[in-house]
Amino acid sequence: METNLLFLIGAGIAVIAGIGAGIGIGIATGGTAQAISRQPEASGKIMTVFFLGIALAEATAIYGFVIAILVFTKA
Amino acid sequence: MDSETSLTSVFAYRFFYRTDLRYFLFFSIKIDLIAVNKICYGDYTMDIKESLEEFKTVIFIPFSEGTSITFFGKEITGIDINETVIVSWVVMGILIGASLVLTRNLKQIPKGPQVFLEAMIEFVNNFSHEYFGHRAKVYGPYVGTVFLFLLIANLIPAISPLSVSAFHLEPPFTIKPPARDINFTAALAVLSIMIVLIGGLRARGIKGWVAKLFQPVPMMLPFNLLEYIVRPLSLCLRLFGNILGGFIIMLLIEEALPIPLVIPVVLSVYFDFFDGLIQAVVFTFLTTLFVSEAVEVEELSQ
Repeated sequence: METNLLFLIGAGIAVIAGIGAGIGIGIATGGTAQAISRQPEASGKIMTVFFLGIALAEATAIYGFVIAILVFTKA
Repeated sequence: MDSETSLTSVFAYRFFYRTDLRYFLFFSIKIDLIAVNKICYGDYTMDIKESLEEFKTVIFIPFSEGTSITFFGKEITGIDINETVIVSWVVMGILIGASLVLTRNLKQIPKGPQVFLEAMIEFVNNFSHEYFGHRAKVYGPYVGTVFLFLLIANLIPAISPLSVSAFHLEPPFTIKPPARDINFTAALAVLSIMIVLIGGLRARGIKGWVAKLFQPVPMMLPFNLLEYIVRPLSLCLRLFGNILGGFIIMLLIEEALPIPLVIPVVLSVYFDFFDGLIQAVVFTFLTTLFVSEAVEVEELSQ
């Protein structure tokens, strides 16, 4: 098989890391919605924690994306 | 956008436009101009792979004859000043100029731009006071500056003029987001972790700082040390990956979508504006948290 094709397939596989981030952000958003509906007056603090959590969950997807780029430029 | 006159006026306006709400209108026109390009010249393509690698060297300053430095096996004969550096200099220039202009003849009763300025400073002060306590005067300005710098650096590509191939006009300059260069984000992340290190050392002294490495249990030492590597790495890669991702997605959309008008505008508002804003906020917020954690815990133990 051509090595280029293998590189491209590898890049595609690396982006699968996005699944985890998607699930994580979904759970975080659900939790935030519940928390705000229970205690609307604390929404400011909840939102800061929410943004922090999203940023951390998103990092895994970004790592996958960066690795995909590294592999893709090798092809 | 079918008559030629309106196209010319739009092109002229894009050069001399001012920042206001009308700008959102111009996104639709920008996309339209790309569509016109595509119809007039079918071979309008941009290689994604090339756009990943290419950082144009704008100025090259050679060392004096015969001198060269060997760095990691590479021979360096001069200083490259590439696009990223130029754009970040422009951003710095904008910030310095704005701060000089806005703070000229301040009044007791604020008026005009001073209202905006005071609101902004007030916000930064409150934010840093919440996280740094009595050290807000030391670390607040750094955090505010990083936020403004990142904000302008992420939003500045929106003002770059277009190439209009219908008039055979090349754009005088194009601005790509500087955060798509990993060196830019790495520099910012290194600055952040240096602030964390120096702040921690200053707040606790060397003894207290070393003691903190053993803090919950002595077994945590390798993980605590690892934090100093992982944190800047993740800060750097998060900003880089997000901005580069948005940039590539916009390139793909502008090239590939069959309907040029509606969808790209929405996506462009998201990827050009919202994403840059969110990433600036996240970077600043994480830096704040790390610094405040390094600086503040000690006060509880006193």
